[in-house]
Amino acid sequence: MKMSIREAINQTLHQEMARDERVIVMGEDVASDQGGVYGITDGLPAKFGLHRVIDTPITESAIVGAAGGAALTGLRPVAELMFVDFLGVCLDQILNQIAKFRYMFGGQARTPVVIRTMIGAGAGTGPQHSQILYPLLAAIPGIKVVTPANAADAKGLLTTAIRDDDPVIFCEHKALYMDECEVPEGEYLLPFGQARTAVSGSDITIVGMSRTAVLAEEAAGVLAQRGISAEVIDLRTLSPLDEGTVLESLAKTGRLVVVDEANPYCSMASEIAGLAVERGFDTLDAPVKRVTSPHTPVPATPCLELEYVPSVDKIIAAVEETLAY
Amino acid sequence: MDISPEKLADAYRLMKTIREFEERMRSEYQQGKLPGFIHIYRNQEAIAVAACLDMTNADYIASTHRGHGHCIAKGCEIEAMLLELACKEDGLCNGKGGSMHIADMSKGMLGANAIVGGGPPIAAGAALTAKTLGNGAVSLAFIGDGAADQGTVAESLNLAVVLQLPMIFMFENNRYAEFTKSPKPDGRIAERAGAYGMPSEVVDGSDFFAMYDACQRAIKRGREGGGPTAIEALCNRYYGHFEGDAQAYRDQDELAEERTASDPIPRFLADPRAAVLTVDKIAEIDAAIFAEIDRGFEVTYAAADPTPDKLYTDVYIHYEGRLR
Ligand SMILES: Cc1ncc(C[n+]2csc(CCOP(=O)(O)OP(=O)(O)O)c2C)c(N)n1
Ligand SMILES: [Mg+2]
Repeated sequence: MKMSIREAINQTLHQEMARDERVIVMGEDVASDQGGVYGITDGLPAKFGLHRVIDTPITESAIVGAAGGAALTGLRPVAELMFVDFLGVCLDQILNQIAKFRYMFGGQARTPVVIRTMIGAGAGTGPQHSQILYPLLAAIPGIKVVTPANAADAKGLLTTAIRDDDPVIFCEHKALYMDECEVPEGEYLLPFGQARTAVSGSDITIVGMSRTAVLAEEAAGVLAQRGISAEVIDLRTLSPLDEGTVLESLAKTGRLVVVDEANPYCSMASEIAGLAVERGFDTLDAPVKRVTSPHTPVPATPCLELEYVPSVDKIIAAVEETLAY
Repeated sequence: MDISPEKLADAYRLMKTIREFEERMRSEYQQGKLPGFIHIYRNQEAIAVAACLDMTNADYIASTHRGHGHCIAKGCEIEAMLLELACKEDGLCNGKGGSMHIADMSKGMLGANAIVGGGPPIAAGAALTAKTLGNGAVSLAFIGDGAADQGTVAESLNLAVVLQLPMIFMFENNRYAEFTKSPKPDGRIAERAGAYGMPSEVVDGSDFFAMYDACQRAIKRGREGGGPTAIEALCNRYYGHFEGDAQAYRDQDELAEERTASDPIPRFLADPRAAVLTVDKIAEIDAAIFAEIDRGFEVTYAAADPTPDKLYTDVYIHYEGRLR
């Protein structure tokens, strides 16, 4: 069935809550009539009751921390951190608590919590509601970071996330919510650490994630018309990272552009560039090119925000530069 | 209570300016002429105005996502505000902040805040500056009833007591946080502040005179070294959480009743203490307000967007030449 990412996430929550009583949903406004700001939790309270779909006060530290504590003791909570920017409020519970329980307690503990959160620019929401921040999260040992780029992947990856025994941060790009695609009916799981080859090609590899995977695919379409065969890889999960698929593609094309909406410093783009240099050096025919947002906060001004984010044009320019090397 | 005719006129002018400024904003926003998210302050005007009426530019406020009223009450210029809300180059923050991050350091307005509960620690820091410099300034944080639950608020309440800061915690209890009705009974927030050891009171936020009285006492206490005060102002959120939220989740009869009963402006004008404001005087003030707003929009729509190079200004950049 064709559905949007928003609908796919909603359907997955319905399916997983029906399948496993230990799955609960908690967060700000999640039990409201409209199912939160974007309607993601629509229909859940009516179906599963307010004891499993829990409206919380505005206290991210306690939401995330309590979800972690409940996970540690037998539930499988899906907590909502409305915008990833609010990570600032609850980072200790993620960084020092949830991420470390399993290791620090010598393997006694499991923390099957999913933190769903909204990322990205493009909605004119300004510096404190538009950040990416997944590189920060992916840098933390002990948590998994997931960045779906389409509705089918959102369903497959969220199902896996909920059934995973480790903490998972599930990043939903706000500019993609309404994007539709064909989504498998019924149970659908996608393994973590397995990238998707969105477009096959032979001249150059373009790696993206979340929204930049969508942009890369668009860019590949334009490049194809110019006779350039680009291979597009959507990472799907940042931690674990599918290094193999990236390196195999690089071995085939010899050229690499990485597109990441994060700030450039210590970004996923940097990580992939590092990977290429460290383990794909012999296959490189040109320097790796990164297309990222600049090293600045996200401006509120729509015209500057447009300038800020990676775009199809910027990707094409980077590809042409790399090919011309 | 001590209030001069000039102050009374100011109080009316500011409340009315906030009201008309936002009504005009709403209609422009609905026509797609303003970007971002906007949160309207209607029916809470008396709180901001009472809080800021006796402040000078040397005093500080930390605002919230619902901050237009706070800005106007603290003396921000209408035109500069509008330029910012439209994200223009000459706006208060050069268009980089917009409605949810508007700030005016020259007026002691330390910023709206898109992080709920982000403001109180900052206001505590400003109060620490005032205390350290011994300059008699005070610092006030506006805090929603929803925000009152944040850890940052609890921590700031405690810090203000421990350090005896010249600070006012202005809780605006409009009984809603986004689409969710407050589970806290009226007065619970003031009780919490009291439990940390600071004087606290519950005030009718649509009664300007009661608010002004409470604020005068709190400001005096702060200026004289008496430490922090908390005020829980009970009020009504007239419109939805953000512009475009139709509030289908609210009991419509109750809302209609609250909207009228909690409108601070007619209540202010009906009060005998406001009798010095004659019909003519009010008409004169109103005319000036509408003219200022019209002019503001005219200038704003003629104003330039920031040029692309502005993306890289006002930030420490160690990535020169490799920005993307
Ligand atoms: C840290 C953080 N959590 C959640 C939000 C989303 N959010 C924005 S406003 C709001 C409700 C705030 O309610 P309240 O403090 O009562 O202020 P009001 O909107 O009523 O003025 C929420 C949950 C946010 N911006 N920041
Ligand atoms: Mg409120």
